[in-house]
Amino acid sequence: MKSLSEIETVSKRSSKAAGFSWGIAEEVGKNIRILELFGLGGIKNLNYYFRVRNKRNFEKLHLVSNENKTAKLEFCPIIAGLNFLDQVRSLEILNEIIFEKIAYPLLFLPFVSRASEVIGKKIQLKIDNRVFLLNYNNSIYSNSLNEGIVEVGNNVLIKFQENKDSFEENEWRELYKLSENTFVEESDSLKQDGAGAGLTDND
Amino acid sequence: MQVELRNPNVIMKLSRLGSFHQSKLSFLRSFLKEFKDWEYKRDLFDLDEFGYGVAVYSFKKNNRVYSLICFANELSENERSDRVIATKWDAAFTLHDGVPTKKDIERLKNEVPKQEVGRLSYKELTLSRANKSVRIFDHVVESLSSGIQPDINLLSKVGYLYRTTAVYGSGKFGLADRFRIKNREEIYGPFRLEMMLVYFVRQFTFDQVNHVAKNKNPKKAVNLDPEICRNLGIGNSTGLGMAPFIVNHPTLLNNWIYAREVALKKIREIKNVKTENSDLFKNCLKKSIKNITSWNTESEYQKKKIKSLLRDLNIFINFLEKNFDFSKEFAFNEIYLWLEKNSEEECIEYVVSMMMEPYDDIVNPLINTMSSEEEKYFNIPTDRTVFELRTILENKYSKILKIDFSKKENNQNFWFISKNKEEPRLADRFMESGSELEQPLAIARDIKKLYDALSVFKNSSTIDKFLVKNSDLRHVVRRAFVIEKFPYSEIQDNTIGQSIIPIDMLRLKLSFFGALKFDPRSDKWLRICMFQGAPLPEQLKNYDDHWVYNSLN
Repeated sequence: MKSLSEIETVSKRSSKAAGFSWGIAEEVGKNIRILELFGLGGIKNLNYYFRVRNKRNFEKLHLVSNENKTAKLEFCPIIAGLNFLDQVRSLEILNEIIFEKIAYPLLFLPFVSRASEVIGKKIQLKIDNRVFLLNYNNSIYSNSLNEGIVEVGNNVLIKFQENKDSFEENEWRELYKLSENTFVEESDSLKQDGAGAGLTDND
Repeated sequence: MQVELRNPNVIMKLSRLGSFHQSKLSFLRSFLKEFKDWEYKRDLFDLDEFGYGVAVYSFKKNNRVYSLICFANELSENERSDRVIATKWDAAFTLHDGVPTKKDIERLKNEVPKQEVGRLSYKELTLSRANKSVRIFDHVVESLSSGIQPDINLLSKVGYLYRTTAVYGSGKFGLADRFRIKNREEIYGPFRLEMMLVYFVRQFTFDQVNHVAKNKNPKKAVNLDPEICRNLGIGNSTGLGMAPFIVNHPTLLNNWIYAREVALKKIREIKNVKTENSDLFKNCLKKSIKNITSWNTESEYQKKKIKSLLRDLNIFINFLEKNFDFSKEFAFNEIYLWLEKNSEEECIEYVVSMMMEPYDDIVNPLINTMSSEEEKYFNIPTDRTVFELRTILENKYSKILKIDFSKKENNQNFWFISKNKEEPRLADRFMESGSELEQPLAIARDIKKLYDALSVFKNSSTIDKFLVKNSDLRHVVRRAFVIEKFPYSEIQDNTIGQSIIPIDMLRLKLSFFGALKFDPRSDKWLRICMFQGAPLPEQLKNYDDHWVYNSLN
């Protein structure tokens, strides 16, 4: 089994060899490590993308907006992802961002995962019928694992998830009440001495 | 009194970094401190009469076990080479996480001797190989098998029975990634498992030499005197492979240097130095002279440095004894200021290391701060402005921005990875081909380029916009935001200039390892000795923390 350190180094060097700058190659190395750590096919997709990239051109998306369409060529997942990551602080005010036709979209995913960590919000990423919930770059929840190579994402949708509870207030109260059963009812003397300080903060 | 941390523009110059010496912060010393109360065992020693076979050594505490597995093989004279291009060695080693099963040993028997072309698993932590110093090893075997101890003078000239030529860790060749083990408290200090491997290897060399001597003459042979063993270490040949490491790990580099600088600052701020501490300082200093007078090298460059060190130290000791009163306030600060005025870099840094000896209370807490969570600082804060980035460059790279890279001599060399060994190398840009495949290690030149590019960009623009137009500078934009937080993260020198001495970079790293007796064999590789004078495993529980200065040599 290859170690993540080997995966990162080889991905970085191959990205440089494929024509990216060292700075971008470093980003790709980090990303493929993330994909492989989370059990997604980073090496496979990167390898195929570089193979195809020798023969075909891809559109470079520099400025990301709420709707990103390409007339002819598919978007390069690395340049689109990198600029999404770099610009995410100004993009998060948009509720949704749409991309049409991103090549090898699994290579785009780790940029979005890292963006989730940068802005401190979960991000939902839909690549056609595949859904990924990216949790602050700590984990990825998905309905679509082990798919191997995904050549194109025709409709890619990014939704920033507001930081809010995933449960109702009454559900919380119910659980909280149960947790109170671990507390001790205080007698008067315990109220007096138990905390180690006086009854009020300023006496 | 508040003492300022030393200026990174001075300390991070290569000539200064190349004058660093081992100290209490060094990894091999902190490793011994951490593992002194672990249970040491030789679990297996299955060597034939010539010393070839398998051996296993372990350290155990509670449920944690680290086992070194050694494979000693026959090697013909013409196959023995210290160069990294070698493919066979006298012995090969791996540090295994836990107790190896027979199946593990069988698997590793096929892989470990192959080193870089073998495959290890997540159960292995470090990997290394070593060659005998044949002259010394044979002499020791001859002596012991004749019932006498070897010639100590001969031994002290070399200092070891075996030399390692590489120690690998952190995921190389399938070894365990650091993330799997980084939360273990016993390995919070950097390179602790690499140090463990080397320490075990040292013991293996003694056991092997005793075993071979015993088999040669079972009736007459004696064991190597433990005191002689203690005064032998493990040699190491180190080439350029180590140099890019300190450029590629800026936050780690910062944390090493920062720990040293904080220790020095705190020691200089001590108002009243206790007599027991000044005595210990003076005692270590005097005893340590032995390590300098026994420092053998053929290198004219190093000979000059040793000569200057010895001269400065003698002047300093004379000053201490005749003109210095330790009862005055802030004595160590005064000593430091005197050194800055009267000594060269080699001696200044030597005494700085020595000042730490009495102060466990200052040094020990710093040891655990010397690792780094590098991932945390990888993302570029792209919402910052061009103005802010330019200000960082002006403040943190002021000397570097003055270098004129249009001059040939400032752009003379390039770093590359060799195709046949996947190892870093340095070559003349104007004499050799391959500079188009240059590694991103010319930080000074690229920082200068970044500065020039920033100066034609709008001040209020954010970095994300700058990067759209300047993706070729992304790697140095990242570094600039790192140095903003970590002042000692960058070498303040030109790593591609004509006058670069690459062994300064190696020396820096090796001093933090705790190496002694740097012996440059060219400007690109050197030999060192590790653990010379260190307690043997059986002596660990009650060892003297200042063992470095107590060797016989």
